[in-house]
Amino acid sequence: MGVRRRTGLFVLQVNPILCDGFGHCAELAPELVTIDEWGYPIIRTAPVSLSDTGAYQSARYAERGCPRQALRIQRFNEK
Amino acid sequence: MIESSTLPRLMHEASSRPLSLAQHEQTFAAATPIGSLLEELEASGLAGRGGAGFPTSVKVRFIHDQRSLHKYVVVNAMEGEPASHKDQSLLNTHPHLVLDGAEYLAGLVGAKNIAVCVARDNRSGINAMERAIHERARRSLRGPKLDLHTPPQRYVAGEESALTHWLDDNESLPQFRRTRPHVLRIGHAPVLVQNAETLANVALIGRFGASWYRGLGTSNSPGSTLVSVSGAVAHPIVMETELGTPLRTILNYADADSDPQALLLGGYGGSWLSGEHLDTPYCNEELAPLGVSVGAGVLVVLPRKACGIVETQRVVQWMANESARQCGPCAFGLPALADGLRHVARPTGDATLALQRLEERCDVIKGRGACHHPDGVVRLVRSALQVFEKDVARHVQGDACKGSLDSRHYAAIPQLERAEELVWE
Repeated sequence: MGVRRRTGLFVLQVNPILCDGFGHCAELAPELVTIDEWGYPIIRTAPVSLSDTGAYQSARYAERGCPRQALRIQRFNEK
Repeated sequence: MIESSTLPRLMHEASSRPLSLAQHEQTFAAATPIGSLLEELEASGLAGRGGAGFPTSVKVRFIHDQRSLHKYVVVNAMEGEPASHKDQSLLNTHPHLVLDGAEYLAGLVGAKNIAVCVARDNRSGINAMERAIHERARRSLRGPKLDLHTPPQRYVAGEESALTHWLDDNESLPQFRRTRPHVLRIGHAPVLVQNAETLANVALIGRFGASWYRGLGTSNSPGSTLVSVSGAVAHPIVMETELGTPLRTILNYADADSDPQALLLGGYGGSWLSGEHLDTPYCNEELAPLGVSVGAGVLVVLPRKACGIVETQRVVQWMANESARQCGPCAFGLPALADGLRHVARPTGDATLALQRLEERCDVIKGRGACHHPDGVVRLVRSALQVFEKDVARHVQGDACKGSLDSRHYAAIPQLERAEELVWE
Protein backbone atom coordinates (compact mmCIF):
# COMPACT_ATOMS: atom_id res chain seq x y z
CA MET A 1 0.00 0.00 0.00
CA GLY A 2 1.48 3.27 -1.09
CA VAL A 3 0.62 6.69 0.18
CA ARG A 4 -2.89 7.65 -0.88
CA ARG A 5 -3.80 11.23 -1.64
CA ARG A 6 -6.51 12.46 0.65
CA THR A 7 -7.38 15.63 -1.27
CA GLY A 8 -9.71 15.89 -4.23
CA LEU A 9 -13.01 14.32 -5.14
CA PHE A 10 -14.27 11.18 -6.78
CA VAL A 11 -17.45 9.88 -8.30
CA LEU A 12 -18.35 6.31 -9.12
CA GLN A 13 -19.45 6.01 -12.74
CA VAL A 14 -21.34 3.15 -14.34
CA ASN A 15 -21.43 2.27 -18.01
CA PRO A 16 -25.16 1.56 -18.35
CA ILE A 17 -24.64 -0.49 -21.53
CA LEU A 18 -22.29 -2.93 -19.86
CA CYS A 19 -24.30 -3.10 -16.64
CA ASP A 20 -26.53 -6.15 -16.38
CA GLY A 21 -27.92 -5.49 -12.93
CA PHE A 22 -26.04 -8.11 -10.90
CA GLY A 23 -26.37 -5.85 -7.89
CA HIS A 24 -22.97 -6.56 -6.37
CA CYS A 25 -22.15 -2.84 -6.20
CA ALA A 26 -25.07 -2.09 -3.90
CA GLU A 27 -23.79 -4.69 -1.46
CA LEU A 28 -20.17 -3.60 -1.68
CA ALA A 29 -20.79 0.15 -1.58
CA PRO A 30 -24.14 0.72 0.12
CA GLU A 31 -23.30 4.33 0.94
CA LEU A 32 -22.90 5.17 -2.76
CA VAL A 33 -25.26 2.85 -4.61
CA THR A 34 -28.93 2.01 -4.32
CA ILE A 35 -30.84 -0.37 -6.53
CA ASP A 36 -33.93 0.53 -8.54
CA GLU A 37 -36.93 -1.74 -8.97
CA TRP A 38 -35.35 -3.52 -11.95
CA GLY A 39 -32.07 -4.21 -10.16
CA TYR A 40 -29.94 -1.54 -11.84
CA PRO A 41 -27.75 0.75 -9.73
CA ILE A 42 -28.62 4.34 -8.92
CA ILE A 43 -25.29 5.92 -8.06
CA ARG A 44 -24.87 9.06 -6.02
CA THR A 45 -24.03 11.78 -8.52
CA ALA A 46 -22.67 14.31 -6.04
CA PRO A 47 -18.85 14.07 -5.86
CA VAL A 48 -17.48 12.56 -2.66
CA SER A 49 -14.32 13.79 -0.98
CA LEU A 50 -11.36 11.41 -1.10
CA SER A 51 -10.79 12.10 2.57
CA ASP A 52 -13.89 9.98 3.19
CA THR A 53 -11.75 6.84 3.16
CA GLY A 54 -14.62 4.53 3.99
CA ALA A 55 -16.61 5.58 0.95
CA TYR A 56 -13.53 5.46 -1.25
CA GLN A 57 -12.65 1.98 -0.06
CA SER A 58 -16.18 0.75 -0.78
CA ALA A 59 -16.09 2.37 -4.21
CA ARG A 60 -12.88 0.43 -4.90
CA TYR A 61 -14.49 -2.79 -3.75
CA ALA A 62 -17.49 -2.11 -5.99
CA GLU A 63 -15.23 -1.35 -8.93
CA ARG A 64 -13.29 -4.58 -8.43
CA GLY A 65 -16.34 -6.65 -7.62
CA CYS A 66 -18.48 -5.74 -10.64
CA PRO A 67 -18.94 -8.90 -12.73
CA ARG A 68 -19.30 -6.88 -15.94
CA GLN A 69 -16.54 -4.40 -15.06
CA ALA A 70 -18.99 -1.61 -15.70
CA LEU A 71 -17.89 0.61 -12.84
CA ARG A 72 -15.09 3.12 -12.86
CA ILE A 73 -13.91 5.57 -10.23
CA GLN A 74 -13.44 9.02 -11.70
CA ARG A 75 -11.08 11.12 -9.59
CA PHE A 76 -10.70 14.83 -10.06
CA ASN A 77 -9.31 17.81 -8.22
CA GLU A 78 -11.45 20.40 -6.54
CA LYS A 79 -12.19 23.40 -8.69
CA MET B 1 -29.12 36.57 -54.72
CA ILE B 2 -31.82 36.05 -52.10
CA GLU B 3 -32.70 39.16 -50.14
CA SER B 4 -31.68 39.06 -46.49
CA SER B 5 -35.17 39.64 -45.14
CA THR B 6 -37.26 37.47 -47.49
CA LEU B 7 -38.51 34.26 -46.10
CA PRO B 8 -38.11 31.26 -48.35
CA ARG B 9 -34.43 30.67 -47.82
CA LEU B 10 -34.01 26.94 -47.51
CA MET B 11 -37.14 26.43 -49.58
CA HIS B 12 -36.18 29.09 -52.13
CA GLU B 13 -37.55 28.15 -55.57
CA ALA B 14 -38.56 24.76 -54.25
CA SER B 15 -40.41 22.59 -56.72
CA SER B 16 -41.64 19.05 -56.67
CA ARG B 17 -38.35 17.77 -58.07
CA PRO B 18 -34.89 18.04 -56.54
CA LEU B 19 -32.87 20.82 -58.14
CA SER B 20 -30.06 19.68 -60.40
CA LEU B 21 -26.55 20.96 -59.79
CA ALA B 22 -26.75 23.55 -62.59
CA GLN B 23 -30.12 24.84 -61.40
CA HIS B 24 -28.84 24.89 -57.83
CA GLU B 25 -25.78 26.95 -58.69
CA GLN B 26 -27.92 29.39 -60.61
CA THR B 27 -30.46 29.72 -57.78
CA PHE B 28 -27.99 30.16 -54.96
CA ALA B 29 -25.35 32.19 -56.76
CA ALA B 30 -22.79 33.47 -54.29
CA ALA B 31 -22.62 37.24 -53.97
CA THR B 32 -19.14 37.79 -52.62
CA PRO B 33 -16.84 35.16 -51.20
CA ILE B 34 -16.70 35.51 -47.43
CA GLY B 35 -13.50 35.59 -45.44
CA SER B 36 -13.29 32.93 -42.79
CA LEU B 37 -16.20 30.49 -42.59
CA LEU B 38 -15.50 29.65 -38.96
CA GLU B 39 -15.68 33.30 -37.92
CA GLU B 40 -18.82 33.81 -39.96
CA LEU B 41 -20.40 30.75 -38.32
CA GLU B 42 -19.57 32.17 -34.91
CA ALA B 43 -20.98 35.55 -35.81
CA SER B 44 -24.13 34.02 -37.28
CA GLY B 45 -25.04 32.26 -34.01
CA LEU B 46 -26.38 29.23 -35.88
CA ALA B 47 -27.69 26.52 -33.56
CA GLY B 48 -27.98 22.89 -34.61
CA ARG B 49 -31.36 21.94 -36.01
CA GLY B 50 -31.25 18.27 -35.07
CA GLY B 51 -32.96 18.74 -31.72
CA ALA B 52 -30.36 19.66 -29.13
CA GLY B 53 -29.88 23.19 -30.47
CA PHE B 54 -26.16 23.17 -29.74
CA PRO B 55 -24.16 26.07 -31.28
CA THR B 56 -22.72 24.80 -34.54
CA SER B 57 -19.59 26.91 -34.41
CA VAL B 58 -18.55 25.40 -31.05
CA LYS B 59 -18.93 21.89 -32.42
CA VAL B 60 -17.09 22.72 -35.63
CA ARG B 61 -14.25 24.38 -33.77
CA PHE B 62 -13.96 21.38 -31.47
CA ILE B 63 -13.47 18.99 -34.38
CA HIS B 64 -11.32 21.56 -36.20
CA ASP B 65 -8.91 21.56 -33.24
CA GLN B 66 -8.52 17.78 -33.23
CA ARG B 67 -5.24 16.75 -34.81
CA SER B 68 -5.77 13.87 -37.14
CA LEU B 69 -4.83 12.79 -40.65
CA HIS B 70 -8.36 11.67 -41.45
CA LYS B 71 -11.62 13.22 -40.45
CA TYR B 72 -15.21 12.62 -41.41
CA VAL B 73 -18.20 14.87 -41.87
CA VAL B 74 -21.45 12.97 -41.40
CA VAL B 75 -24.68 14.34 -42.85
CA ASN B 76 -27.45 13.23 -40.53
CA ALA B 77 -30.65 13.01 -42.59
CA MET B 78 -31.96 10.01 -40.67
CA GLU B 79 -35.04 11.74 -39.29
CA GLY B 80 -36.25 9.13 -36.83
CA GLU B 81 -39.09 11.32 -35.58
CA PRO B 82 -42.27 10.02 -37.24
CA ALA B 83 -43.85 13.48 -37.08
CA SER B 84 -40.89 15.25 -38.67
CA HIS B 85 -40.46 15.48 -42.43
CA LYS B 86 -38.12 18.43 -42.74
CA ASP B 87 -34.99 16.55 -43.79
CA GLN B 88 -36.92 14.55 -46.32
CA SER B 89 -38.43 17.66 -47.89
CA LEU B 90 -35.00 19.28 -47.91
CA LEU B 91 -33.49 16.28 -49.69
CA ASN B 92 -36.37 16.27 -52.16
CA THR B 93 -35.95 19.94 -53.03
CA HIS B 94 -32.38 21.09 -52.39
CA PRO B 95 -30.04 18.11 -51.97
CA HIS B 96 -27.13 20.18 -53.27
CA LEU B 97 -27.59 22.80 -50.58
CA VAL B 98 -27.05 20.12 -47.95
CA LEU B 99 -24.02 18.73 -49.78
CA ASP B 100 -22.61 22.25 -50.21
CA GLY B 101 -22.76 22.80 -46.46
CA ALA B 102 -21.08 19.45 -45.87
CA GLU B 103 -18.31 20.31 -48.34
CA TYR B 104 -17.74 23.71 -46.73
CA LEU B 105 -17.42 22.11 -43.30
CA ALA B 106 -15.23 19.33 -44.67
CA GLY B 107 -12.91 21.96 -46.09
CA LEU B 108 -12.97 23.82 -42.80
CA VAL B 109 -12.17 20.92 -40.47
CA GLY B 110 -9.99 19.13 -43.01
CA ALA B 111 -12.16 16.08 -43.65
CA LYS B 112 -11.46 13.85 -46.62
CA ASN B 113 -14.73 11.94 -46.42
CA ILE B 114 -18.35 12.94 -46.24
CA ALA B 115 -20.81 10.23 -45.24
CA VAL B 116 -24.41 11.04 -46.12
CA CYS B 117 -26.80 8.99 -43.99
CA VAL B 118 -30.38 8.57 -45.11
CA ALA B 119 -32.69 6.06 -43.48
CA ARG B 120 -33.22 2.85 -45.43
CA ASP B 121 -36.98 3.26 -45.77
CA ASN B 122 -36.78 6.78 -47.16
CA ARG B 123 -36.68 5.78 -50.85
CA SER B 124 -37.26 9.22 -52.33
CA GLY B 125 -34.58 10.76 -50.15
CA ILE B 126 -32.10 8.07 -51.14
CA ASN B 127 -32.89 8.58 -54.83
CA ALA B 128 -32.47 12.35 -54.63
CA MET B 129 -29.18 12.00 -52.75
CA GLU B 130 -27.84 9.34 -55.10
CA ARG B 131 -28.53 11.61 -58.04
CA ALA B 132 -26.96 14.62 -56.38
CA ILE B 133 -23.82 12.71 -55.41
CA HIS B 134 -23.54 11.34 -58.93
CA GLU B 135 -23.76 14.86 -60.39
CA ARG B 136 -20.99 16.03 -58.10
CA ALA B 137 -18.75 13.07 -58.85
CA ARG B 138 -18.80 14.04 -62.52
CA ARG B 139 -17.94 17.62 -61.67
CA SER B 140 -14.75 17.24 -59.72
CA LEU B 141 -12.46 14.62 -58.26
CA ARG B 142 -10.62 17.03 -56.02
CA GLY B 143 -13.16 17.55 -53.28
CA PRO B 144 -13.89 15.29 -50.33
CA LYS B 145 -15.20 11.84 -51.15
CA LEU B 146 -18.99 11.58 -50.91
CA ASP B 147 -20.61 8.33 -49.85
CA LEU B 148 -24.25 7.47 -49.30
CA HIS B 149 -25.07 5.21 -46.36
CA THR B 150 -28.44 3.75 -45.48
CA PRO B 151 -28.71 2.78 -41.81
CA PRO B 152 -31.88 1.08 -40.58
CA GLN B 153 -34.95 3.19 -39.89
CA ARG B 154 -35.05 3.31 -36.10
CA TYR B 155 -35.59 6.18 -33.72
CA VAL B 156 -32.23 5.91 -31.97
CA ALA B 157 -30.32 5.17 -35.20
CA GLY B 158 -30.16 8.91 -35.86
CA GLU B 159 -28.48 9.62 -32.53
CA GLU B 160 -24.95 10.77 -33.28
CA SER B 161 -23.05 8.02 -31.48
CA ALA B 162 -25.35 5.37 -32.98
CA LEU B 163 -24.80 6.82 -36.43
CA THR B 164 -21.03 6.90 -35.95
CA HIS B 165 -21.08 3.37 -34.61
CA TRP B 166 -23.05 2.29 -37.68
CA LEU B 167 -20.43 3.80 -39.99
CA ASP B 168 -17.65 2.30 -37.89
CA ASP B 169 -19.05 -1.11 -37.08
CA ASN B 170 -22.38 -1.66 -38.93
CA GLU B 171 -24.42 -1.60 -35.76
CA SER B 172 -26.65 1.40 -35.15
CA LEU B 173 -26.63 1.35 -31.36
CA PRO B 174 -25.88 4.38 -29.18
CA GLN B 175 -22.57 4.27 -27.32
CA PHE B 176 -21.64 5.24 -23.79
CA ARG B 177 -19.56 8.41 -23.51
CA ARG B 178 -17.78 8.69 -20.19
CA THR B 179 -16.80 12.33 -20.48
CA ARG B 180 -18.27 15.20 -22.42
CA PRO B 181 -17.43 16.76 -24.79
CA HIS B 182 -16.53 13.49 -26.43
CA VAL B 183 -14.88 13.03 -29.82
CA LEU B 184 -16.79 10.44 -31.81
CA ARG B 185 -14.52 8.44 -34.08
CA ILE B 186 -14.70 6.20 -37.12
CA GLY B 187 -11.59 4.09 -36.71
CA HIS B 188 -9.24 6.75 -35.41
CA ALA B 189 -10.75 9.60 -37.41
CA PRO B 190 -12.75 12.26 -35.54
CA VAL B 191 -16.28 12.72 -36.82
CA LEU B 192 -18.37 15.87 -37.18
CA VAL B 193 -22.05 14.90 -37.22
CA GLN B 194 -24.44 17.59 -38.42
CA ASN B 195 -28.12 17.57 -39.21
CA ALA B 196 -29.08 18.08 -42.86
CA GLU B 197 -30.95 21.31 -42.15
CA THR B 198 -28.00 22.70 -40.20
CA LEU B 199 -25.78 21.99 -43.18
CA ALA B 200 -28.17 23.75 -45.53
CA ASN B 201 -27.95 26.79 -43.24
CA VAL B 202 -24.15 26.49 -43.22
CA ALA B 203 -24.23 26.56 -47.03
CA LEU B 204 -26.23 29.78 -46.94
CA ILE B 205 -23.88 31.37 -44.39
CA GLY B 206 -20.91 30.25 -46.48
CA ARG B 207 -22.38 32.02 -49.51
CA PHE B 208 -23.91 35.16 -48.09
CA GLY B 209 -22.22 35.68 -44.73
CA ALA B 210 -23.33 36.11 -41.13
CA SER B 211 -24.87 39.57 -41.37
CA TRP B 212 -27.11 38.39 -44.20
CA TYR B 213 -28.08 35.37 -42.11
CA ARG B 214 -29.04 37.54 -39.16
CA GLY B 215 -31.53 39.42 -41.33
CA LEU B 216 -34.21 37.04 -40.09
CA GLY B 217 -35.00 35.76 -36.61
CA THR B 218 -34.27 37.11 -33.15
CA SER B 219 -30.86 38.13 -31.86
CA ASN B 220 -30.42 34.98 -29.79
CA SER B 221 -31.82 32.54 -32.33
CA PRO B 222 -31.26 34.01 -35.77
CA GLY B 223 -32.34 32.65 -39.11
CA SER B 224 -35.22 30.58 -40.28
CA THR B 225 -36.18 27.02 -39.54
CA LEU B 226 -38.26 24.24 -41.04
CA VAL B 227 -41.33 23.22 -39.05
CA SER B 228 -43.30 20.02 -39.64
CA VAL B 229 -46.88 20.67 -38.59
CA SER B 230 -49.17 17.67 -38.16
CA GLY B 231 -52.08 16.54 -36.02
CA ALA B 232 -55.31 18.54 -36.28
CA VAL B 233 -54.43 20.19 -39.60
CA ALA B 234 -55.99 19.99 -43.04
CA HIS B 235 -52.78 18.54 -44.50
CA PRO B 236 -49.55 17.85 -42.63
CA ILE B 237 -47.01 20.26 -44.09
CA VAL B 238 -43.39 21.28 -43.79
CA MET B 239 -43.03 25.04 -43.82
CA GLU B 240 -40.20 27.46 -43.33
CA THR B 241 -40.65 30.13 -40.69
CA GLU B 242 -38.60 32.86 -39.20
CA LEU B 243 -37.51 32.02 -35.66
CA GLY B 244 -39.49 34.18 -33.26
CA THR B 245 -42.77 33.97 -35.19
CA PRO B 246 -45.74 33.59 -32.81
CA LEU B 247 -47.09 30.04 -32.71
CA ARG B 248 -50.54 31.33 -33.70
CA THR B 249 -49.19 32.65 -37.00
CA ILE B 250 -47.59 29.29 -37.76
CA LEU B 251 -50.83 27.47 -37.00
CA ASN B 252 -52.82 29.90 -39.15
CA TYR B 253 -50.45 29.44 -42.04
CA ALA B 254 -50.62 25.66 -41.71
CA ASP B 255 -54.42 25.86 -41.68
CA ALA B 256 -54.55 24.14 -38.30
CA ASP B 257 -57.11 24.09 -35.51
CA SER B 258 -57.04 27.68 -34.24
CA ASP B 259 -58.05 26.81 -30.66
CA PRO B 260 -56.01 23.69 -29.82
CA GLN B 261 -55.92 22.01 -26.44
CA ALA B 262 -52.15 21.58 -26.56
CA LEU B 263 -49.17 21.46 -28.89
CA LEU B 264 -46.41 18.89 -28.89
CA LEU B 265 -43.17 20.73 -29.60
CA GLY B 266 -39.72 19.43 -30.32
CA GLY B 267 -40.58 15.88 -31.31
CA TYR B 268 -41.55 12.72 -29.52
CA GLY B 269 -38.85 13.36 -26.94
CA GLY B 270 -40.10 16.92 -26.53
CA SER B 271 -42.84 18.35 -24.38
CA TRP B 272 -46.45 19.44 -24.49
CA LEU B 273 -47.32 23.11 -24.46
CA SER B 274 -50.74 24.17 -23.25
CA GLY B 275 -53.01 25.90 -25.79
CA GLU B 276 -53.03 29.08 -23.66
CA HIS B 277 -49.50 29.94 -24.76
CA LEU B 278 -50.28 30.34 -28.45
CA ASP B 279 -48.86 33.87 -28.60
CA THR B 280 -45.40 32.72 -27.52
CA PRO B 281 -42.74 33.36 -30.16
CA TYR B 282 -41.34 30.18 -31.68
CA CYS B 283 -37.73 30.34 -30.51
CA ASN B 284 -35.78 28.68 -27.73
CA GLU B 285 -35.24 31.66 -25.42
CA GLU B 286 -38.98 32.43 -25.24
CA LEU B 287 -40.07 28.80 -24.96
CA ALA B 288 -37.47 27.78 -22.36
CA PRO B 289 -39.33 29.38 -19.37
CA LEU B 290 -42.33 27.22 -20.31
CA GLY B 291 -40.15 24.11 -20.25
CA VAL B 292 -40.37 23.63 -24.00
CA SER B 293 -37.82 23.83 -26.79
CA VAL B 294 -37.90 24.08 -30.56
CA GLY B 295 -36.11 20.73 -30.80
CA ALA B 296 -36.31 19.08 -34.19
CA GLY B 297 -39.00 21.47 -35.44
CA VAL B 298 -41.99 19.22 -34.83
CA LEU B 299 -45.40 20.73 -34.05
CA VAL B 300 -48.26 18.32 -33.38
CA VAL B 301 -51.61 20.06 -32.89
CA LEU B 302 -53.94 18.39 -30.41
CA PRO B 303 -57.58 19.54 -30.66
CA ARG B 304 -59.93 20.03 -27.70
CA LYS B 305 -61.87 16.88 -28.39
CA ALA B 306 -58.82 14.60 -28.10
CA CYS B 307 -57.37 13.10 -24.92
CA GLY B 308 -53.79 14.12 -24.22
CA ILE B 309 -53.09 11.20 -21.92
CA VAL B 310 -54.04 8.61 -24.52
CA GLU B 311 -51.94 10.39 -27.16
CA THR B 312 -48.96 10.48 -24.79
CA GLN B 313 -49.46 6.84 -23.94
CA ARG B 314 -49.34 5.83 -27.61
CA VAL B 315 -46.20 7.88 -28.19
CA VAL B 316 -44.48 6.52 -25.09
CA GLN B 317 -45.45 2.97 -26.05
CA TRP B 318 -43.84 3.43 -29.42
CA MET B 319 -40.75 5.12 -27.94
CA ALA B 320 -40.38 2.22 -25.48
CA ASN B 321 -40.37 -0.20 -28.39
CA GLU B 322 -37.78 1.92 -30.20
CA SER B 323 -35.36 1.67 -27.28
CA ALA B 324 -32.15 -0.15 -28.16
CA ARG B 325 -32.53 -2.30 -25.02
CA GLN B 326 -28.94 -1.64 -24.05
CA CYS B 327 -29.38 0.11 -20.72
CA GLY B 328 -31.58 -1.35 -18.02
CA PRO B 329 -33.34 1.88 -16.95
CA CYS B 330 -34.41 2.46 -20.57
CA ALA B 331 -35.20 -1.16 -21.50
CA PHE B 332 -37.35 -1.77 -18.42
CA GLY B 333 -38.27 1.77 -17.44
CA LEU B 334 -39.89 2.98 -20.66
CA PRO B 335 -42.33 0.04 -20.93
CA ALA B 336 -43.11 0.64 -17.26
CA LEU B 337 -43.89 4.29 -18.05
CA ALA B 338 -46.14 3.27 -20.95
CA ASP B 339 -47.89 0.79 -18.66
CA GLY B 340 -48.34 3.41 -15.97
CA LEU B 341 -49.86 5.84 -18.46
CA ARG B 342 -52.25 3.13 -19.63
CA HIS B 343 -53.35 2.57 -16.04
CA VAL B 344 -53.94 6.30 -15.65
CA ALA B 345 -55.85 6.61 -18.94
CA ARG B 346 -58.09 3.58 -18.41
CA PRO B 347 -58.02 2.87 -14.69
CA THR B 348 -58.41 -0.80 -13.81
CA GLY B 349 -56.98 -1.02 -10.32
CA ASP B 350 -55.70 1.66 -7.99
CA ALA B 351 -55.18 4.59 -10.36
CA THR B 352 -53.84 6.96 -7.69
CA LEU B 353 -51.10 4.47 -6.89
CA ALA B 354 -50.35 4.06 -10.60
CA LEU B 355 -49.99 7.82 -10.98
CA GLN B 356 -47.70 8.01 -7.97
CA ARG B 357 -45.55 5.16 -9.30
CA LEU B 358 -45.41 6.90 -12.67
CA GLU B 359 -44.03 10.09 -11.15
CA GLU B 360 -41.49 8.17 -9.06
CA ARG B 361 -40.32 6.20 -12.08
CA CYS B 362 -39.82 9.42 -14.04
CA ASP B 363 -37.38 10.60 -11.34
CA VAL B 364 -35.62 7.22 -11.29
CA ILE B 365 -35.12 6.87 -15.06
CA LYS B 366 -33.95 10.40 -15.87
CA GLY B 367 -30.32 10.64 -16.92
CA ARG B 368 -29.46 6.97 -16.53
CA GLY B 369 -29.13 5.87 -20.14
CA ALA B 370 -26.11 5.98 -22.42
CA CYS B 371 -27.99 8.33 -24.75
CA HIS B 372 -30.77 10.83 -24.12
CA HIS B 373 -33.59 8.60 -25.38
CA PRO B 374 -35.01 7.85 -21.89
CA ASP B 375 -34.58 11.51 -20.85
CA GLY B 376 -36.73 12.62 -23.77
CA VAL B 377 -39.50 10.19 -22.87
CA VAL B 378 -39.40 11.31 -19.23
CA ARG B 379 -39.67 14.92 -20.37
CA LEU B 380 -42.71 14.05 -22.47
CA VAL B 381 -44.43 12.17 -19.64
CA ARG B 382 -43.74 14.90 -17.09
CA SER B 383 -45.01 17.65 -19.36
CA ALA B 384 -48.13 15.58 -20.12
CA LEU B 385 -48.85 15.14 -16.42
CA GLN B 386 -48.43 18.89 -15.97
CA VAL B 387 -50.31 20.19 -19.02
CA PHE B 388 -53.20 17.71 -18.80
CA GLU B 389 -53.34 17.95 -15.01
CA LYS B 390 -57.14 18.30 -14.84
CA ASP B 391 -57.71 15.42 -17.27
CA VAL B 392 -55.35 13.24 -15.25
CA ALA B 393 -57.29 13.98 -12.07
CA ARG B 394 -60.56 13.10 -13.79
CA HIS B 395 -59.17 9.90 -15.29
CA VAL B 396 -57.79 8.81 -11.94
CA GLN B 397 -61.23 9.22 -10.39
CA GLY B 398 -62.59 6.86 -13.04
CA ASP B 399 -64.32 9.57 -15.05
CA ALA B 400 -62.59 9.03 -18.40
CA CYS B 401 -63.03 11.82 -20.93
CA LYS B 402 -64.86 11.26 -24.21
CA GLY B 403 -61.72 11.77 -26.28
CA SER B 404 -60.00 8.78 -24.69
CA LEU B 405 -62.66 6.48 -26.15
CA ASP B 406 -62.26 7.92 -29.64
CA SER B 407 -60.35 5.82 -32.14
CA ARG B 408 -59.01 8.88 -33.98
CA HIS B 409 -55.45 9.78 -32.98
CA TYR B 410 -53.34 12.82 -33.80
CA ALA B 411 -49.71 11.97 -33.08
CA ALA B 412 -48.59 9.82 -36.01
CA ILE B 413 -47.12 6.48 -34.95
CA PRO B 414 -45.61 4.07 -37.48
CA GLN B 415 -47.27 0.69 -37.53
CA LEU B 416 -45.54 -1.82 -35.30
CA GLU B 417 -45.38 -4.52 -37.93
CA ARG B 418 -42.84 -6.77 -36.34
CA ALA B 419 -42.57 -5.43 -32.84
CA GLU B 420 -40.41 -8.33 -31.71
CA GLU B 421 -38.07 -8.31 -34.65
CA LEU B 422 -35.86 -5.25 -34.25
CA VAL B 423 -33.41 -4.44 -37.00
CA TRP B 424 -30.13 -2.92 -35.94
CA GLU B 425 -27.84 -3.91 -38.79
